Amino acid sequence: MTLDFLIYKIILVLIVFSITLLVATYSTYAERKIAAFLQDRIGPDRAGPFGILQPLADAVKMFMKEEIIPNVSNKALFVLGPGICMLTACMTGVIIPWGKSINIGGTDYPLQIADVNIGILYLFGVLSLGVYGIMIGGWASNNKYSLLGAIRASSQMISYEVAMGISIIALVMTTGTLSTGEIAAQQHGWHWNVLIQPLGCLIFIICAFAETNRAPFDLPECETELVGGYHTEYSSMKLGLFLFAEYINMFISSAVIATFYFGGYNMPLIGRWVHDPNVLAILGFVFLFMKIVGFIFFFMWVRWTLPRFRYDQLMNLGWKILIPLSILNLVLTGAWMMRHEIINYFVK
Amino acid sequence: MQLTNRSKVVVKKEMTFIERMYLPAIFSGMFITFKHLFKKSATIKYPEQTREFSKIYRGQHVLKRDEKGAERCTACGLCAVACPAEAITMTAAERKPGEEALYREEKYAATYEINMLRCIFCGDCEEACPKEAIFLTDRKVDSFYTRKEFIYGKSILVEGLESDKRVDVSVRETKAVEEFKKQKEFAHNETYDKNKKKTVAGH
Ligand code: SF4
Ligand code: SF4
Repeated sequence: MTLDFLIYKIILVLIVFSITLLVATYSTYAERKIAAFLQDRIGPDRAGPFGILQPLADAVKMFMKEEIIPNVSNKALFVLGPGICMLTACMTGVIIPWGKSINIGGTDYPLQIADVNIGILYLFGVLSLGVYGIMIGGWASNNKYSLLGAIRASSQMISYEVAMGISIIALVMTTGTLSTGEIAAQQHGWHWNVLIQPLGCLIFIICAFAETNRAPFDLPECETELVGGYHTEYSSMKLGLFLFAEYINMFISSAVIATFYFGGYNMPLIGRWVHDPNVLAILGFVFLFMKIVGFIFFFMWVRWTLPRFRYDQLMNLGWKILIPLSILNLVLTGAWMMRHEIINYFVK
Repeated sequence: MQLTNRSKVVVKKEMTFIERMYLPAIFSGMFITFKHLFKKSATIKYPEQTREFSKIYRGQHVLKRDEKGAERCTACGLCAVACPAEAITMTAAERKPGEEALYREEKYAATYEINMLRCIFCGDCEEACPKEAIFLTDRKVDSFYTRKEFIYGKSILVEGLESDKRVDVSVRETKAVEEFKKQKEFAHNETYDKNKKKTVAGH
């Protein structure tokens, strides 16, 4: 490992980190705008042209607000909660392949921070760590609403992680790898995984909604029943971090969905016109971003369309529908992969 | 007892398989919201654009002066009695000789206050006033930081003396309105009696 390599990685980390933050910041703006457009309104349009500076104004507001730590709370954990949320949200970005490698002066620079061969496992590990932030925060607040929100978050997370995991196993079976970089590379041209695994993709997307606590699965923070759920007691930037982590999660989830099922940085037909690998790599990055933006829009579109699930419906959907479906998907995938052996068995 | 034809019998029917899949309903719902993306927004950007008011919009009150500039209000208190929100208070005073140019009647309101936070802009005060002294106008009540500032006294309510500061309420002061006002008590009693008879007959 040369110094070159280290510097390159650090630069890449910084770029990915800042892009993540930037996208998350403007997701808050986009959310409000899309909500407005879907409801025949205009949305924020006072701060700067078209309200483009609204996220800055929001951030300033968040920082200026009074910081309240409840007396009865567990102070250390109370502060730790949003920190963990934010940290785990930012950690998942490292295994996303943002594009093919760029070749500068004969050296290949991959646009992926860490192409670990167990990328999917890492992703799942970090994703499930995210709920600890919510749980610790909700528990440390010493407030029944916060606690209820935290309990809901954790049970929801557990329920949907199973279905998500099984749908991913089917994907791993067809792709034969746990490395996200390789999964993305395999989907060149029209070999998008969504065409091979439509059911798995659907289950994965539904579970991604549940994992990010987005509507219609936003029970941990549902205002109508739980005041604010796990962040009831939070104020100022600690609340901001919780909300911000949700947007980062949404961004990362979109990136993961795009990478796993929708071809990642690949775009069909583009290879016919563009041949320079560096240009292709940059274009790949642009394509991935277009897909991500599309999914973020989809996330918001769903939020402003569907009503929230009731808690028992949520659990029913998770355990009684999604898990059996994902197992069915797993079996079907297995059967399809072993079709020659099976046919041979019966024909002989 | 059936009051209207709009009541529906609630049936708890099992959902069909398609309905239980939720997905078709979700997609149709998302299609509906997507259509709204392209609809014209209903927003009125307030300080720059204002909504068009109806001709008889009921906004901030005005206490009128007569043609010679004397205040019409005689502090009879009918508006305060009529007010459902109990927003109006006043103290009466007797007109001294030599004040004829200031007050039209022998008794006048020394103070007259409307609490704009209580007021519901129903216009009952205007209906009640026998002296055509109080009118609602199409002006909006300003916003303030303290509750105190919302209590409008005579300095705000009474219209200016100069002709350019007079508040035009002619749309509300039509012949028909005046005529109706004269007859109101009478007509009101009549309809009230009719209703009474009807209910009695109905029983
Ligand atoms: S408009 Fe109605 S509520 Fe307001 S002061 Fe007159 S009577 Fe009272
Ligand atoms: S405004 Fe009219 S009703 Fe009210 S006190 Fe004056 S004269 Fe009487």
